[in-house]
Amino acid sequence: MTEPFHIVVCAGVAPDPLQTLEPVMGPQGPTLKNELMLPAVLDPWAAHALYEANHLAKSIPGSRVWLVSMAPKPKLQQVLMTMAQKVSFELVALDGPASGFVDYAQVAYALAEAIEGIEGLNRSRLLLFGGWESAGRAAGVTLAMVGERLGITEQFQAVDVLKIGDDGLLEIHERAEGGKHQVTLCGGPPAVLGWATGNLPEPPNSPQTGMANMRTLMPALQKAKPVPVNGGLQFTSASLPRQQRSTRVVKDASAEEVAAEIAAWIRG
Amino acid sequence: MERERVDVDVVCVGFGPATGGFLTTISREIPLNDGTFPQVICYERADDLAFGVSGVVTKGRGLRVSFPDLNPAEIPMAAPVASEKVYYLLDPVGASRRSATLRAADAALRVSGSCKDEAFELPYIPPFLEKHGGLVMSIGQFNQWVGQQVMMTGAAQVWPGTPVAEALIDGDTVRGVQLADQGVDLDGNPTSAFQPGMEIHAPLTVIGDGPVGPVGRQLDEHFGLPPGHEQREWAVGMKMVVDLPEGCTLAPGTVFHTFGYPEPEIFGFLYVQPDSVASVGIFIPSWLENPVRTSYRYLQHYLLHPLVWKHLQGGRMRSWGAKTLNESGRRGEPYLVGDGWARIGEGSGSTNVLAGSGVDEAWTTGVQLGKAVLELWREGAPFTKENLERTYVTLRRNSWVEEEARVAEYARDGFHRGVVPGMLGMALAGFSGGRLHLPGLPEHAMPTLEDFFSGRIPPEELAALKKQAETHGEALHDLVMNRCGWPEIPYDGQLLMSQQDALLLGGKVQAAPGYANHVRFRDDEVCGRCGAMTCVEICSAQALMPGKPTPSFDREKCIHCGACIWNCEFHNVDFRAGAGGLHSAEN
Repeated sequence: MTEPFHIVVCAGVAPDPLQTLEPVMGPQGPTLKNELMLPAVLDPWAAHALYEANHLAKSIPGSRVWLVSMAPKPKLQQVLMTMAQKVSFELVALDGPASGFVDYAQVAYALAEAIEGIEGLNRSRLLLFGGWESAGRAAGVTLAMVGERLGITEQFQAVDVLKIGDDGLLEIHERAEGGKHQVTLCGGPPAVLGWATGNLPEPPNSPQTGMANMRTLMPALQKAKPVPVNGGLQFTSASLPRQQRSTRVVKDASAEEVAAEIAAWIRG
Repeated sequence: MERERVDVDVVCVGFGPATGGFLTTISREIPLNDGTFPQVICYERADDLAFGVSGVVTKGRGLRVSFPDLNPAEIPMAAPVASEKVYYLLDPVGASRRSATLRAADAALRVSGSCKDEAFELPYIPPFLEKHGGLVMSIGQFNQWVGQQVMMTGAAQVWPGTPVAEALIDGDTVRGVQLADQGVDLDGNPTSAFQPGMEIHAPLTVIGDGPVGPVGRQLDEHFGLPPGHEQREWAVGMKMVVDLPEGCTLAPGTVFHTFGYPEPEIFGFLYVQPDSVASVGIFIPSWLENPVRTSYRYLQHYLLHPLVWKHLQGGRMRSWGAKTLNESGRRGEPYLVGDGWARIGEGSGSTNVLAGSGVDEAWTTGVQLGKAVLELWREGAPFTKENLERTYVTLRRNSWVEEEARVAEYARDGFHRGVVPGMLGMALAGFSGGRLHLPGLPEHAMPTLEDFFSGRIPPEELAALKKQAETHGEALHDLVMNRCGWPEIPYDGQLLMSQQDALLLGGKVQAAPGYANHVRFRDDEVCGRCGAMTCVEICSAQALMPGKPTPSFDREKCIHCGACIWNCEFHNVDFRAGAGGLHSAEN
């Protein structure tokens, strides 16, 4: 049996995918209109990483999971009240923007600094998890930079599978072209794993898990320090992709007819 | 079935203004003076605390007691009431179902020259209706704001996305609640991911799950209503949140109350919020006895009324939503307390239809229960029926909520006889302090489509419209309204759009997997015998569609408004706890 892991999951907050987003220019550059009003979710890719972390920790006794997240404190609290019912974790909260219009390097520095400050973290057993992609326009680059700041050279992206061998080797499956995976054997932690979707379903809500998480969640939120991420990267403008929407109500069309129409529309 | 069990000190069902008031009150006193830290937990069905719906303009009396230094600017989308007007809307299209009396009144108003934009502004706002000094708000943002403050105290846990299936009733004592099963198919059968809903046991269960909450209705079925009480008056409230067009001159805090259009029985509102946003909506009351009543089509005609449209034209829908209102108020009040349980908010009959107010009343009932619970904790007294009556019920009976609810108790009975008697009855009750009112009529079955449109649409033509609706999958209410002369809605894709587009773009509705369908029909044969299918016509989200032997239900569309429950005169709709629904935080 391998030694326990210390798994740190970096996860941002993104607007609920069903919301209509509108970038507007504020005094500090682009931001999302009504960002604090919009319902939010944990970034979907990072959420998969959290599910995988929880699953792995359960399978190797003694392992611990930390969730390190930066967002406006009220948004973070809102999102965590949903996530905290699903999986067990210890929260490290940073109070900062989550609009996506920030310098990712500064965010990465802040996250790395927070991880370095985690009490009891065994860096030699560290698995740094996060999303390979991001709904916050960070395109997953933040995770790689956090890994660099922490001096972790073994980095894997688009991970779907992590198997732990009895000898402690990490077997990592990264997505490649054509639905195939590149399989790597890694000697062990520390390592960075940017998850694709993984293979785990969203866990059901568990009141017991929620109550257990609450013991650390609220104190962590109350202690969350404001993180200034001004300056650095400058955004001069932001706009939404052009969208075209036309609605017709058509009854009883066959699947072939619908497919043909979509294909014709794509062809232009 | 063996279920896991957790024990806490207080478990709350539903998070709305009433539970917000309750949790705000007790969280300020936790830990208690004796150093104990009661564990207080609240389960909310919706996926987020901000997914409520209400057209809120409120005097905010109860809120200001809880938050003496309340600055509306701290709550997104809130603004102090700046101006308030009441309009009687005339019918600009000639399709409204108006009595001869109303038509004569309309003609007289037009001839007198006192109308502008097909609307007559009342020179005076009755004191029982006016909201001067109050607030306009988004209930979603308000709930979110309250929830954040409560949670940050660390004294209470509020968990969204967790439907409560039922109360655990032992004899006449409520021992706690059972959460909904997860990992089941649409019929509730366990799948490989089955997770039985946990039992949450508590000495006190607080029920604040609104007018159609399954736990509140379960208690109504178990205990019945107090003698002489009845829950007969309902309404569907449907609203849009609109980005006002550039150049719109309406100031934040502007409040319009309207009545008279699209049908005389329909009340409407327009409340202007900060940042050029407005909430616009209507109420379809149960006394509009049209079996093909539809909130959505009527809402669009309301938007197009000249008084409203001149402000909205060029605007854009941001959000859409609907809810059911229990308008029976004090007369529909259930038993408020029992051994181990207490009810607060709209489901406890706190909504005041005469004042057109519910949020402040609900909040205040929650605060009252909070004070009572703190008192009983201090005394070390158990949450028995007697102790809760001595504390919570006494506080409620001696408050302005009760006093004003008494005035409103019979205020709307006149509407059973028509719109004009209804308005007179409201005025009579309001100005006499509830001592006078116009009597209502005994409860009766909704008229058939043929009876309702007798003299306007021949039976054979109605039969043809029904056939057309069935054959082509069209909404019967649309066909009937077209036939009555209502113009087609000129969709612009911005503000005027199909109901499904409003659902998708404004309501952003979705349902989590792993839960059973929450709308079922108890007896297929009953549905087979029902000719009206009012549940389908009134459905706020077109989640119910015609089907055999029962209407089909698509929970991906359902917004949990509960209109199907009270529109089924056979009580054949089994509306259970369910996840999902609206995903808009602005309503």
